[in-house]
Amino acid sequence: MPEVKILRKWVHDPEQHRMEVALSRGYYQAARQALTEMKPDEIINLVRDSGVRGRGGAGASCGMKWGFMPKEPTPQRPNYLICNCDESEPGTFSNRELVEYDPHQLIEAIVISAYALRVRTALIYCRGEFLFGYERLNEAVQEARERGFVGEKIFGTDFSLDIIVHRGAGAYICGEETALMDSLEGKRGHPRAKPPFPANVGLYGMPTTINNVETLCNIPHLINHGLEWFWSMGTAGAPPEEPQARANWIKSLGTRKSTGTKILSVSGHVKRPGNYEVVMGTSLRELIYDVCGGICGDHDLKAVIPGGSSMPMIPKPIAMDVQMAFETLQAAGTALGSGGVIVFDDQTDIPQVCLAIARFYKNESCGKCVPCRIGTDWIYKLIQRIVTGQGRMEDIELIRDVCINLGGERMMDSRSYCPLGDAAAWPIIWGGLKYFQHEFEHYIRYRRSPVGAEPALVGAH
Amino acid sequence: MTTAEPPVTLTIDGQEVAVAAGMTIWDAARRVGIDIPVLCHDPAMEPVGVCRVCAVEVEGSRVLAAACHRQVEAGMVVRTNTERCQRARRMVVELLLADHPRPCAKHQLDRSCELERLAEALGVDQPRFPMRNAERATQNGADGGPETEDGTPAHAPILAPPSSALRLAHSPFDLSSPVIAVDHRACILCDRCIRACDWLQVNEVIGRTGKGRRARIAFDDDRPMGQSTCVSCGECVAHCPTGALTDKPLVVALQPERLQRVDTICPYCGVGCAVTFHVQEGKVARVTGRDGPANHARLCVKGRYGYDYSSHPQRLTVPLIRRPEYYPKGPLSEEVRHEGDYRRHKPGAPVTDYGPILKAFRETTWDEALDLCAARFLEIKRQYGPEALAGFGSAKCTNEDNYVFQKLIRAVFGTNNVDHCSRLCHASSVAALMECLGSGSVSNPVADVARADVCLVLGSNTTENHPVAATFIKQAARRGTTLVVMDPRRPALANHAHHYVRFKPGTDVALLNALMHVILREDLHDPVFIEARTENFAALRETVARYTPEMAEKITGVPASTIEEIARLYGRAHNAIIFWGMGISQHTTGTDNARCLIALCLLTGNIGRPGTGLHPLRGQNNVQGASDMGLLPIVYSGYQSVADPNVREKFARAWGVPLNPKRGLTVVEITSAALRGDIRGMLMMGENPFLSDPNINKVRKALASLEFLAVQDIFLTETAEFADVILPASSHAEKTGTYTNTDRYVQLAKRAVAPPGEARQDWQALVDLAGRMGYRMEYRDEAEIFAEMAALTPGYAGLSYPRLAREPIPWPCPAPDHPGTQVLFAHDFPRGKGRFSPAEFAPAQELPDEEYPFVLNTGRVLQHWHTGTMTRRARALEEIAPQPFVEICPADAEALGIGDGDPVRVRSRRGEVTVPARVTRQIAKGSVFIPFHYREAAANLLTIDALDPTAKIPEFKYCAVRLERLN
Repeated sequence: MPEVKILRKWVHDPEQHRMEVALSRGYYQAARQALTEMKPDEIINLVRDSGVRGRGGAGASCGMKWGFMPKEPTPQRPNYLICNCDESEPGTFSNRELVEYDPHQLIEAIVISAYALRVRTALIYCRGEFLFGYERLNEAVQEARERGFVGEKIFGTDFSLDIIVHRGAGAYICGEETALMDSLEGKRGHPRAKPPFPANVGLYGMPTTINNVETLCNIPHLINHGLEWFWSMGTAGAPPEEPQARANWIKSLGTRKSTGTKILSVSGHVKRPGNYEVVMGTSLRELIYDVCGGICGDHDLKAVIPGGSSMPMIPKPIAMDVQMAFETLQAAGTALGSGGVIVFDDQTDIPQVCLAIARFYKNESCGKCVPCRIGTDWIYKLIQRIVTGQGRMEDIELIRDVCINLGGERMMDSRSYCPLGDAAAWPIIWGGLKYFQHEFEHYIRYRRSPVGAEPALVGAH
Repeated sequence: MTTAEPPVTLTIDGQEVAVAAGMTIWDAARRVGIDIPVLCHDPAMEPVGVCRVCAVEVEGSRVLAAACHRQVEAGMVVRTNTERCQRARRMVVELLLADHPRPCAKHQLDRSCELERLAEALGVDQPRFPMRNAERATQNGADGGPETEDGTPAHAPILAPPSSALRLAHSPFDLSSPVIAVDHRACILCDRCIRACDWLQVNEVIGRTGKGRRARIAFDDDRPMGQSTCVSCGECVAHCPTGALTDKPLVVALQPERLQRVDTICPYCGVGCAVTFHVQEGKVARVTGRDGPANHARLCVKGRYGYDYSSHPQRLTVPLIRRPEYYPKGPLSEEVRHEGDYRRHKPGAPVTDYGPILKAFRETTWDEALDLCAARFLEIKRQYGPEALAGFGSAKCTNEDNYVFQKLIRAVFGTNNVDHCSRLCHASSVAALMECLGSGSVSNPVADVARADVCLVLGSNTTENHPVAATFIKQAARRGTTLVVMDPRRPALANHAHHYVRFKPGTDVALLNALMHVILREDLHDPVFIEARTENFAALRETVARYTPEMAEKITGVPASTIEEIARLYGRAHNAIIFWGMGISQHTTGTDNARCLIALCLLTGNIGRPGTGLHPLRGQNNVQGASDMGLLPIVYSGYQSVADPNVREKFARAWGVPLNPKRGLTVVEITSAALRGDIRGMLMMGENPFLSDPNINKVRKALASLEFLAVQDIFLTETAEFADVILPASSHAEKTGTYTNTDRYVQLAKRAVAPPGEARQDWQALVDLAGRMGYRMEYRDEAEIFAEMAALTPGYAGLSYPRLAREPIPWPCPAPDHPGTQVLFAHDFPRGKGRFSPAEFAPAQELPDEEYPFVLNTGRVLQHWHTGTMTRRARALEEIAPQPFVEICPADAEALGIGDGDPVRVRSRRGEVTVPARVTRQIAKGSVFIPFHYREAAANLLTIDALDPTAKIPEFKYCAVRLERLN
């Protein structure tokens, strides 16, 4: 089985959230080792060389991000670390499990990361709806404080850290890192323009690193098991022996390869949906048919969204052969994103899927910039027009134009203020319309769904 | 943006351009003549980059950049007009147009909607997003759910709003503000109004609500604009690019092709905002801000929406003479005859019922009226001597009017009994400044606060009385200047302050002495400055030695630790500036209060540099100028003493008559003299002592006892009811002339409209009167008056109409090639060394006791100005603030059983008024506050006419009253 248990090793133990249980399983050993035996820069180098990339969606090299942080913060200009636990992407539910059932893994990771980044105050921005996870995190921080793992002079070193858990108020946009910071500052959660980047001007204008829960959770394991172990999982293969080649190989990891594991949240028409941790590069076919037991009702596969609802879906022919890794999915015209795998069987009405996606983004657009505020609304309206039988052929071109003005003429050519616009446009233009335009045309031509026998005009959900 | 950094070279559309680091691509492009279209960007504000219209290609960057926001980098290659940019721009415009009413109110008015203009320029004519009927119904709705429309046609012009279009649920209109119309359909969410409100005016009322397509601008927590904390400054309207926020027409429906623009100066407070009057059909129909030194194009509600008084139907248009049967003279209207009661005035009714007043007068010709004036004044002069005559000029009239006025009083009446209302506001400040520094004016302009580390504001309700000046203070506080507000009554400015200090009324001297005590004790004073530039330091040291913070705590109620903290703040500041208002000056200890402030400033050497100094905020548009013009009983123009034989000789030669060397009487002294029968004839130009002077019951008797009173004004004021002759004057809008603002800037205002009926320019009437009294004055126009004045007034010597037509200049400006002086006292003081004048704490004249247990404070409200003659006839202002009130703190209100809005009788030893209660925490326990604008319940019926011994300013800010609940 390609499923591995590293980050998710203990999530099924209902007692794992308790400090004694966590300690009995060797938790906080990595933190002790890091704080007492390693220099901050050693940890930063370790993370950089591991090639671990952001698990939250953008897939940026974590080590590179850390490298931008000032090495000598002052009390007037402190560094901040924020753990982004505002997991709101439709189809994604892996962070939630980690914080609800194994919060100490994250706390330990934050202690190590904060030490490496010379941070005295770290914050966890927890999604508003994760009340249970929020309470678990607070309990865990409290336990850690009581044990001296958080607070003054941790493990007898000069390093002190406080962790603040903040609960959001339920806006998707606050998962975007700059909006998240505005929200933390007590403002309306609106994204900020970049540059300047958070490592330069972040929370309260101070240098700030923002990492996803899963990204950070890798760090204690990295300390415990080392680079070779981490490299052994993923698409990078074995490192070359020759020093120069080896250095180049390491350098390429964070951007061109994928190392480690990824927790995939599988939903949709599979027999056993849920969270699965797999080694980077596991094929989608294995995931669906071996790990998740295949398609419900033994229908045929139609399409898969591999990385949360903001990533383009890929049709069966592409999906069956693709590996779940950053670079391979990118080559397939989509992305690993947040690892939310949504599987559609052949009975799925793709225009209705697109409508559901479009509705989500038009509701969650913060409204700050024009292309997104009005564009997302028109994408929704135009698709709605089509699936309610009032579409016209030129509407398809119009949807495309709006999408281009939002997400660009190709992926990563954003026109909106923040990536939410991309997220709204990509699944439509590079997924639904790219592979299933005929279904939209079917709606327009026959005023009914291309699948099933139900009459059209059943309306949106 | 610092100029110290080397310039950055980049390429824009093939042109190389070198600009300062930190500049944006948009600014850099403009340098080489490339205009990148923008909608959300406004150069007056920081960019936000939300509209994405200014998208440009930056080589090597994967995404289009917002030119208004992205800063230039060395070697950057920018293309502004590629097909990719154009396509993005067109799509943004197309999307915005989908909801935009066409034409929107702004475009309908003068084709100035920036969105619609851009659409025309980009050739986006037919948007591809026509709303079909089904969708239109849901466009404001939630999540596609059903939603009702308010039935307003999509293209209804908002200038003539549908009659029922108050605020319906989900209506795109918000017409709840008396002055601003909101049409959310036209809004493109550019955030300009939000930034104007937050960053320029710092009122922080407008924000956003809703997500995505349902995002809207909102006022406070999404209230109708008229019910929010909006102060109606209209800055949002001034910056709105579309018809989303528009001025409601107050006078006539605007017809742009008939509008004429006239540049002038705001007629209200002393800030001196530059404005443009838009004139239509001979009336001022709209006012917009102009970029002047004092306002940077900002305005407040009075300046922007208080213009319609000048075309009010109650304007005086013909001279009036009192009918014989209305002698002996006395008050004519109900309100002036009786004690004050706000219930006498019905909301919506004209502020003054002219009926009973006009009955007492007959219309006449200018000839008859002026002949009568001349004859009566000459007769009184012959019979009782020139000292039996007196004149009140006006801080609202131009420098030219006031120069001619004091010349008339001195050269023709033959007396120095000339004064004006500055006696009632800053006489004590001026007296202290003259005594300690040798000059009575402000040392630094208001905008200098931006360069100060610490700003002290005492006794000033700046946001209401000098709203535009307050914007500079609030902005500075936002950007890092430590703002300390000290006032017994908590002003709104305290919301922006780092420290608000509430002290007991009338204990300013003790508080300020204690600050100096701590500064000396902790060696925070500036011995080098004290040694080099001051005198009498030992006396100060001796006096303040007794004022320990602990002792001051007992007197002022301010904790000693707070006093120490503020003293350290001020003492350690590199640059510190002090602003003060009537809370300092209008006391019997007013001069002492100001002396202490000056000492505080000298002690720390905080004067003579940008970002430091002393700024008594002047109250009226030309109160500085009126004083400069010699509208004071002891000095000619330019503060040249009437007692100085050389000066007198100079003026006598210029005016061709011998001049009276005897110092004249001040405002309140003249009133008392009239009661005694020493003053028998008066000329009153634009002054209304009946409401503005303390102890009105005494003023009433004094005015009635005058043998002859001529009033020259634009409306029938309360004072005019006691007149023998009333002369119709011209309003500010009808005048050309100069005004000198609180910063000492002399600014030229131009005539916008013709005076109504037979109304005349003030100075022309005065010249005519002088002629009939046997003295010839000849001026072709205002410029000639100015030239004569400038030749006699050293500080104005370098100024002339041609110069002032180009730009406002701050005096002193001794020569035509002198640039004017923004910061005074850089090297020395006019009196040589600065003088420490130590002062001892003395209690107020009338302390509360068992019978009268409350301390009454008086002042103004944002919407009204002085005696309300103008503002209460400005429709919008009267609608927002229609009635007086008495502020009571919740604890006192509860103890007396008074609820918010209940009528309360306020009684002092001198009179009583009935006003509704306003229960608020702004006011301290044991104190009450009443604004003095309202004729139906004049606060000055209660105030005490006790005077400061030096400056003769009355104690408006402190007297004892009691409150009675009415059923």
